[in-house]
Amino acid sequence: MPKLIKNGEITQDIWTVLSEASGPEILRAVPGKNFIVPLEFWKLYREELEEYDGDISIWLDSDENVNDIDSDLSQFPLIALNFPVFSDGRSYTNARELREIMGFDGEVRAIGDVLRDQLFYMARCGFDAFQIRYDQDSEACLAAFTDFEIGYQSSIVEPVPLFRRR
Amino acid sequence: MYQYDKYDHQMLADRVAQFRDQTARYLDGQLSDAEFLPLRLQNGLYIQRLAPMLRIAVPYGLLSSTQLRKLAFIARHYDKGYGHLTTRQNVQFNWPALEDVPDLLAHLAEVEMHAIQTSGNCIRNTTTDQFAGVAEDELEDSRAYCEIIRQWSTFHPEFAFLPRKFKIAVCGTKDDQAATQVHDIGVYLVKGHNDEVGFRILAGGGLGRTPVIGQEVFDYVEKKHLLTALEAILRVYNRHGRRDNKYKARIKILVRETGIEEFRTQVHAEWERIKDGPQTLTDEEIERCKSYFVDPAYVEAEDSPEELSQALKSNVLFNGWFQQNVRPHKKPGYAIVTACLKETGIAPGDVTDNQLDYIADLADEFSFGEVRVTHHQNIVFADVEQSKLFSFWHKLKERSLASMNLGLLTDMICCPGGDFCALANAKSIPIAESIQREFEDIEELKALGELRINISGCMNACGHHHVGNIGILGVDKKGEEFYQVSLGGSSKNEASLGKIIGPSFAQEEIPAVVRKIVNVYEAQKTTDESFLETYKRVGIDPFKEKVYAKAD
Repeated sequence: MPKLIKNGEITQDIWTVLSEASGPEILRAVPGKNFIVPLEFWKLYREELEEYDGDISIWLDSDENVNDIDSDLSQFPLIALNFPVFSDGRSYTNARELREIMGFDGEVRAIGDVLRDQLFYMARCGFDAFQIRYDQDSEACLAAFTDFEIGYQSSIVEPVPLFRRR
Repeated sequence: MYQYDKYDHQMLADRVAQFRDQTARYLDGQLSDAEFLPLRLQNGLYIQRLAPMLRIAVPYGLLSSTQLRKLAFIARHYDKGYGHLTTRQNVQFNWPALEDVPDLLAHLAEVEMHAIQTSGNCIRNTTTDQFAGVAEDELEDSRAYCEIIRQWSTFHPEFAFLPRKFKIAVCGTKDDQAATQVHDIGVYLVKGHNDEVGFRILAGGGLGRTPVIGQEVFDYVEKKHLLTALEAILRVYNRHGRRDNKYKARIKILVRETGIEEFRTQVHAEWERIKDGPQTLTDEEIERCKSYFVDPAYVEAEDSPEELSQALKSNVLFNGWFQQNVRPHKKPGYAIVTACLKETGIAPGDVTDNQLDYIADLADEFSFGEVRVTHHQNIVFADVEQSKLFSFWHKLKERSLASMNLGLLTDMICCPGGDFCALANAKSIPIAESIQREFEDIEELKALGELRINISGCMNACGHHHVGNIGILGVDKKGEEFYQVSLGGSSKNEASLGKIIGPSFAQEEIPAVVRKIVNVYEAQKTTDESFLETYKRVGIDPFKEKVYAKAD
């Protein structure tokens, strides 16, 4: 089971991420679970998902745009953003816009190629849950959030940029 | 110059500790090559042909004498006794050992220096006019805005993994010395309708494989909106820039494929959402940054003092150097001096540890303890008293720093090329030297006037060959090194990209080819016409005919 960091500790994950290949039959087969489904899946089977007796959230791949979700985001307890590879930086922008522009205040979760050395930047962009890659050292990952004491820019963690606080 | 406060120092200390840990984990096998790659690149560390290469940031080219002495120390202890000035006004070392780099960064941090974001797919060192603050034709000193951009772009969490590298230049003078139009973002200080100084912002310029001149995205933004405007451009690029092909990943390709109208619409839509948000600059911050770039304690003096006039009359060599390497200063009695590092036989931009120490001493004695690195790979002493120019020149001469070929044919821009760089198709340093040997007569060079030759060892164009009046590009032809020649490029206000003259040449043919091109110019030029002006009037054909003419 992938390791999840939330609120500064390793947490038990109650969610299961469904891959793009999955379809609605899984909902019938496994009732009462908490699924994070691909955005496309949710668009296609919305009614069925709304009737499901467990909780449903969505995940976006890096080439999908949070601005294109034409629905009330507050219905989702969390939105996950995928890093197909750690060097693909698009999900940083999605996270930031979810928080800053769309005012989403649920969990924003990083999934995929989530590595220790990117966690600090992810947190500053508004991620607050991190499903780290299986081979990552949990303790080292927890330490990553204090790599830097401060940053220059406005961020989700500290919206007032340093120049307004100096 | 800018002085670090406790916050800036804290960030550098944290960075050194972070990179020390990353290097240890890499050497220990916990980080793969692919995972370590962007981490080391964002600390300016390349693994090169012979050894790692470390690129150190020199924000907008400004160095204090203390920093110069530290660079000399590093050249001596961690390198083979020399460093290299780059076309992004930075300094590179070609021989440090990977395991020494964390210590080296700790040394740099002591003098408020670092290697942050000097490479990798992130926002790179912001560059500007090397005469900022002292130029006569300046609207406003650009360095305060460069510093504001430096801080905003340093460790920007959203833009650390862009599709490709990203370069910003700022220009505050009428005469553009910063090649502003061939940057991913070019920022010009301009006056708006109300006479208030603000910014005109271009995007999508660049060199490399597909050279492009930037196009206007904002015709005018107030100063307070600088960072939100930049952030809007970066956000559109981060989201939509191509990631499927690294050769199509620069913003210039996005702008071209999207179309400038649509791109502008997207940027402005994004900007509307963040404009007036917390990143909006305050007057206090602008004033704070400006306060680091105030005039030094100039003495009151007259232009053209007696000592100078006498020396100019009595010493022909000094006179020649003065004509070429000294520019007028905004303050009467002062001059801007460029020490040209392009001596024949020395790789363009190379500087030894002893020279660095010596330059530091000269800066302390003659120019308020500061110098600037130029994107032409030379060193500027920005505030020299005119009455001391003659003795200053003597001191420069003692250490081979008084070349009088500034801006002339032999003051070439040249990348490290195949001698050092793993990307290069061909060598570039020996090409520069062979051309210098062909044109050794300084009187001839001066008669030719301003003529820029830029040399790159591969299509990545670190030597800016596209914007050389004569551009030379190393290419690989079935495993052999050949050179393609282009004419008519310029990085100045009337920026233009060179046109390829024809089939490429072997290395040994290049000096003769340049000689023929120069001969055509001399034959065709009217009085006072520069090479570029003649080229624009007569076109490429006369040059082509002569260069490819069969011997009789």
